[in-house]
Amino acid sequence: MCLAVPGKIVTILEEENLGLRRGKVDFGGIRKEVCLDYTPEARVGDYVLVHVGFALTVVDEHEAQRVFEALRELDQLEELKESAP
Amino acid sequence: MKFLDEYRDYKAVQQMAQAIRRSTTRPWTLMEVCGGQTYTIVKTGLQDLLPEGITLVHGPGCPVCVTPLDMIDRAVAIAQRSEVILCSFGDMLRVPGSTQSLFDAKASGADVRIVYSPLDALHLARSHPKREVVFFAVGFETTAPANAMAVWEAERENIPNFSMLVSHVLVPPAMEAILSSPDCRVQAFLAAGHVCMVMGFEEYVPISQKYRVPIVVTGFEPLDLLEGIQMAVAQLESGRAEVENQYARAVRRSGNHPAQERIAEVFEVTRRAWRGIGEIPSSGLRLREAYRHFDAESRFAVEFVHAEESSECIAGLVLQGLRKPYECPAFGTRCTPDTPLGAPMVSSEGACAAYFHFGRRKEDGNSILSTATAGH
Repeated sequence: MCLAVPGKIVTILEEENLGLRRGKVDFGGIRKEVCLDYTPEARVGDYVLVHVGFALTVVDEHEAQRVFEALRELDQLEELKESAP
Repeated sequence: MKFLDEYRDYKAVQQMAQAIRRSTTRPWTLMEVCGGQTYTIVKTGLQDLLPEGITLVHGPGCPVCVTPLDMIDRAVAIAQRSEVILCSFGDMLRVPGSTQSLFDAKASGADVRIVYSPLDALHLARSHPKREVVFFAVGFETTAPANAMAVWEAERENIPNFSMLVSHVLVPPAMEAILSSPDCRVQAFLAAGHVCMVMGFEEYVPISQKYRVPIVVTGFEPLDLLEGIQMAVAQLESGRAEVENQYARAVRRSGNHPAQERIAEVFEVTRRAWRGIGEIPSSGLRLREAYRHFDAESRFAVEFVHAEESSECIAGLVLQGLRKPYECPAFGTRCTPDTPLGAPMVSSEGACAAYFHFGRRKEDGNSILSTATAGH
């Protein structure tokens, strides 16, 4: 139930008549309107995690890569061990 | 999809599993708190990649599973009124009440509708001014900002025919309840990533210190879960007990401030009963006095509906990590997703349903990781 899906903000609708800041978010080809009130820092092109129609965080692209860097280091460490006499 | 597929990569997952196998010297029992994490673990067979000694037990983090029976009876009682449109997330509809589920009520004529967001329920209230639209607000901290916003908007736009049946629960008090039980076997927690995305993880520091238990904020994809396990095991092996954040791409230390402010404006902390576990002090949310006129329980006078649980269902023990689903005598026979005795057999995130759907029994050793998509 706490599922949140990453999607890319395509447009931000600035019309104020609804009161809520909204945007169109692309989820791998499917576009949905999402409330952006809880991510005031989000800009077009950002990836957000969306739960029941609300963006709740902007994905940190740098942090997203960290685990792969750690795995590459592990890989190199293993190679070093294997090539050691 | 970006930020999903790469965390399901077979080679990366195998590599992380190998890192866990290399660093594990003793048996450890870890609990993943969230039902979404349980779903990924059971579906992808992650347990089979771990060293023998590492046991994953499944936590209470399935809101549908812990919603008390009387709340379902109240929802059914409200739904049966002719002026009401009762809206809910889909999973809630099949959970058995003491006589009926919401689906049964719908089959006998009640206007029960599945919505994707509480804002959809609010929209229904706008477009049906002569009907009473009630949203069954079930969930953890992750869902609270959305529900708070719906109530806040209803107040701002003055939508009098909208109300909410609130059954909101909070994760940290449940973790404490599990840790303070004399039967507790949990030595480390994988905390629920999306709950922390909203609330941050500072409130876990005192729990980690008081019970000397590592708590690792963890995501939902196979690689996230394995990295969370790896971080927790590294702490256990070196005798540390700290709060760490595996899911830093989504979770900041102090969480989402605008969301927390809106929750605090609309809701206040209250005691809540957890299905199968019992009442836990300060473990839930209810509407604040200023928003109490949106409370469906008092609007429809159903506060006094009470119900007793089936005695055969061991959901409470499963939800506390004390039993595995297959250890229940009713599992897969008298209790199936079509004829559930308890809620964990209903929700896709319930441990019993996950074990049932993916054929997990004690003797099963085959990983189905290669077919994993973890889409849910």
